[in-house]
Amino acid sequence: MKDRGYYEGFGGAYLPEILIATFDELVETFQQAKSDPGFWQEYTDIMSTYSCRPTPLTFAENLTRRFGGARIYIKREDLNHTGAHKANNVMGQGLLVKRMGKTRVIAETGAGQHGVATATMAAKFGFKCTIYMGEVDVRRQRPNVFWMERLGAEVITVREGTRILKDAINESFRDWVTNMDTTHYVLGTACGPHPFPEMVSFFQSIIGKEAREQILEKEWSLPSRIYACVGGGSNALGIFKAFLDDPVELVGVEAAGKGLATGHHAARLSSEDASVGVAQGYKTYFLQDNDGQMKETHSVAAGLDYVGVSPILSHLKETGRIRFEATTDQEVVDALSLTIQKEGLIPALESAHAFAQAFKEASALSKKDIILINQSGRGDKDIFTVADAFADPKWQEFIKEKAEEYHA
Amino acid sequence: MLESYLRSRLKEKEILLMTHIVLGYPTFEDAFRIIESMVEAGVDLIELQIPFSEPIADGPVILHANQKSLAGGATVQKCIDFAQKVTETFDIPFLFMSYYNILFKYGIDRFAAAMARSDLYGAIVPDLPPEEGQDFLEAMQNKRLAPIFIFSPTTPDERMKYLASFGKGFIYCVARKGVTGVDTDFSKQLEKYLARCRKATDLPLALGFGVKEKADVEFLIGKVDIAVIGSQTIRLVDKEGVGVIGEFIKSLR
Ligand SMILES: Cc1ncc(COP(=O)(O)O)c(C=O)c1O
Repeated sequence: MKDRGYYEGFGGAYLPEILIATFDELVETFQQAKSDPGFWQEYTDIMSTYSCRPTPLTFAENLTRRFGGARIYIKREDLNHTGAHKANNVMGQGLLVKRMGKTRVIAETGAGQHGVATATMAAKFGFKCTIYMGEVDVRRQRPNVFWMERLGAEVITVREGTRILKDAINESFRDWVTNMDTTHYVLGTACGPHPFPEMVSFFQSIIGKEAREQILEKEWSLPSRIYACVGGGSNALGIFKAFLDDPVELVGVEAAGKGLATGHHAARLSSEDASVGVAQGYKTYFLQDNDGQMKETHSVAAGLDYVGVSPILSHLKETGRIRFEATTDQEVVDALSLTIQKEGLIPALESAHAFAQAFKEASALSKKDIILINQSGRGDKDIFTVADAFADPKWQEFIKEKAEEYHA
Repeated sequence: MLESYLRSRLKEKEILLMTHIVLGYPTFEDAFRIIESMVEAGVDLIELQIPFSEPIADGPVILHANQKSLAGGATVQKCIDFAQKVTETFDIPFLFMSYYNILFKYGIDRFAAAMARSDLYGAIVPDLPPEEGQDFLEAMQNKRLAPIFIFSPTTPDERMKYLASFGKGFIYCVARKGVTGVDTDFSKQLEKYLARCRKATDLPLALGFGVKEKADVEFLIGKVDIAVIGSQTIRLVDKEGVGVIGEFIKSLR
């Protein structure tokens, strides 16, 4: 194990011996690619022809007027192929898989966005593909399961533990320790053992690179604040990285679920409930008990419903460079509703956390301030959850009719 | 201490047996009875796994035992207290096995002190390579406890030597890729790997993952010093109850 990837005490590579050689190979392949100028070119080419990069920056005129404070811009990661920033990471790792000569990819998924993105990449590059997904998430993100299977991926329902994202990651590792000769594990966020936090945020940094240029071109000035939701932390690091040395306030928004006081949430960096620990191969803040057993988390957004968080974000929390906040399920559904009505945009429930926090703060800023919200994905996948949240009677009627058709 | 115990036992037996149990599974009382019948049946040392919610190196059998033990109310303190009772009652060495977070949250020094107080001989921490284990290594050294390191078939010769330089007591050789509780092919290829392990260190060698019957143990005689029986005893307890464990162990050698 050559390089261990620490961010002032967070991170590392706490690996079973059987995987050490696999990680050495991955670190080497990634470092070579990173220092090869042709590689970033190859990466941006594929992202501009297969996905939709650069993604636009949208001025949210109606929301700006509604809050009467800062000018609100939205970075449109929802316009990526497959509808989320996840494609940025997946296509990058896909190119590395080709370099390593492996023929199969596996991935965990929570919201299903990372799973769908991985399945498209596998179809395009001709890899076999297996996706692990917790049973709870399979139920709440069913449209994405359907598409993964149509794309030729095998979707394995994980019934262990809390049956969500963390448990899907464990099962992916169990597959990998058996099949590493042929298989690469495409981890979906900036977590896990080194080099994943560095590698995933490297590919996602394309978001902030573009956004910084775009806002300077449009406004001739940097934003005052940037908001991004935080599950594992990949879309947040992706947009934040380009602004780390600028006088810009960075705000990471976690899931407060049913409220921080209820204990039913996934707030690792914005609540007192998390503590430093080591699990899933890395050291960071985890929602765990005093014995070190991981707790159950809750969020209306499957992609934020995770016990750990990027070690890079834990570090930047401690240095104070990033402020962390949390918004509740209810605030998120309200923010989603408002965004749909005012702008005709449909953010994913994950992304809507960033919107909800920005809405809380926009009015207090001046008209000269600019704020940037990262719309990490689109909300189509959430149709069942959102329909339930709005208790939409016509939708319920439709589902009943559809069910009857299948009984016939 | 552990190594000299193993060496003296090896003067009397061709191969030693190490068994594994998950603490608190099915219950602490049953775990005690399982240990009792293992010791009576002639087991030479036992690893006591402190359950963890995220045991990534374990397959379904041990994973479920971890989950059920935790659901039944097992805590780290209960496991340590139980281990103390076990070492007071039985006259063979016991080791702890757990994932690093358990030690980390308890406090590494405090954990090592508790191990020493309970007369445990050492610990196996499968997600802690020596590169990440400096605090652990120091704490174990201070309390004269054996940190057990792991070789795998993917470990290059040079790294085997590196790992062995930190290990005490014995080296745990993982028989194959994959998680615990899956069958192993006891073949020529395994023989070649074990020869590589033997060349890399003078420490006694244990082989685990997939050992479940007499033929497997016989295959290992002359190739390693200790055969490790893990998931198979849990499977038997699940299917046939605590009562059959003694017979099973006696049938192995
Ligand atoms: C649309 C969307 N946004 C955000 C996330 C959270 O992940 P991360 O924090 O890595 O960006 C997910 C994860 O599934 C997602 O699908």
